[in-house]
Amino acid sequence: MIEVRGLAKYFGRFSALRDLHISVPQGQFIALFGRNGAGKTTFLRILAGLSRPSAGAVLVHSAKPGSQGAREVIGYLSHNTALYLDLTALENLRFYARLLDLPALGADLEDRIARVGLAGRAREPVRNYSRGMQQRLAIARAFLHDPGVLLLDEPFTGLDREGTEFLQNYLSESRARNKTCLMAIHDAPLGYALSDRLVVIERGVVALDLPRQSVTLDEFQGRYRALTEER
Amino acid sequence: MLGKIWAVFQKDLLIELRTKDSLNAMLFFGIVVLVVFNFALESTRDTIRQAVPGVLWVAFVFSGTLGLNRMFASEKENSCLQGLLMVPMDRGIIYLGKTLAAAVFMLIAEGVIFVFSLVFFNLTVWAEIPYLILVFFIGTLGFTAVGTLLSAIAVNTRMREVLLPLILFPVVLPILVNAVEATGIILNTADYRALKLPLTIMTTFTIVFATLAYLLFDFVLED
Repeated sequence: MIEVRGLAKYFGRFSALRDLHISVPQGQFIALFGRNGAGKTTFLRILAGLSRPSAGAVLVHSAKPGSQGAREVIGYLSHNTALYLDLTALENLRFYARLLDLPALGADLEDRIARVGLAGRAREPVRNYSRGMQQRLAIARAFLHDPGVLLLDEPFTGLDREGTEFLQNYLSESRARNKTCLMAIHDAPLGYALSDRLVVIERGVVALDLPRQSVTLDEFQGRYRALTEER
Repeated sequence: MLGKIWAVFQKDLLIELRTKDSLNAMLFFGIVVLVVFNFALESTRDTIRQAVPGVLWVAFVFSGTLGLNRMFASEKENSCLQGLLMVPMDRGIIYLGKTLAAAVFMLIAEGVIFVFSLVFFNLTVWAEIPYLILVFFIGTLGFTAVGTLLSAIAVNTRMREVLLPLILFPVVLPILVNAVEATGIILNTADYRALKLPLTIMTTFTIVFATLAYLLFDFVLED
């Protein structure tokens, strides 16, 4: 369960978020839409505990973002992969596994690397990977501890068809396991297909919040377009 | 907790062994400082032993600052720091692992710079080496305990390379003054009982600052 009340974030005089309210029940998948600079990334970073809110109250599973309790349940994936380019894929995952108190066994980690479609490349420096391959490995890294809350900021960036399919399958599986997900995405059909609820953030506030069943994709796209054009 | 500190240290060591980004720059800079002083002090060959403690610590501190500048800059690449911050663990572990790595890199650089200084300044110091190692060790721990925290603060600024020395040197002054004094006692007087005061000050400063930095580290990393 995620509870956000009156959230605001200022960078100097610029307000990235202002009086944002949202409540996300356990097991719900939300697609966050909005133009560049609308505040989606700032919102996800605050939920992840990477940025401090200027005002308002935020709780993730009853814990303050950034607290150890909140970090235990959150898996955060952004367009920055958080991978060490001079380490191999296996070394990257082993490092995070050790910090997460997970068994850092080579075979298990190699299996995880293979599951994201990088079989046979586990011992190669990440620097040699393409952007899409790095994003696949970033998925394996971010979800290493099997988090219950997934915060995804443009997770499909750089992924090819196979990578996109893998992530879609992972998200479907996570949904079946009652995980909660907030995903910032620009691809409306993909976001629509993957979510239970469609939220548009515009100029730092929730401008549209609809259950997916209540609208067709075309209706949603029409309302989203109208909303962004009128402002 | 120790296992996690070790993991952070090992990761930094492994990256450094592959890239040699920090150590090469630290060694080069430290040796250049010695070369400059070697020429500058040419006319005072008879009393050069008195100048060596200051020269050594200037070389150590300048090369150490280069290493500290790299410490968190490498974590900013690809937002690796963000990945570390998301790990559900005490964030002080990152500080301790990074401080350990910074201290080890700096001690390696100091070892090489010291050997070069023996050649440049024509020194014989066999008997003094255990005492010098002790002073270098405590001085370096103190310097990196402060430097790692300030490097984490400076890395989020646009002028990090300039900012770090500006905020670091005034804070580590008690460590530097006493390290130079202790090194001078070892090289020039051999009255090792006189080491007690500077070593006590350096140790106290290191413990106090490392504790404060460990507690504050969580706050300096967030936006």
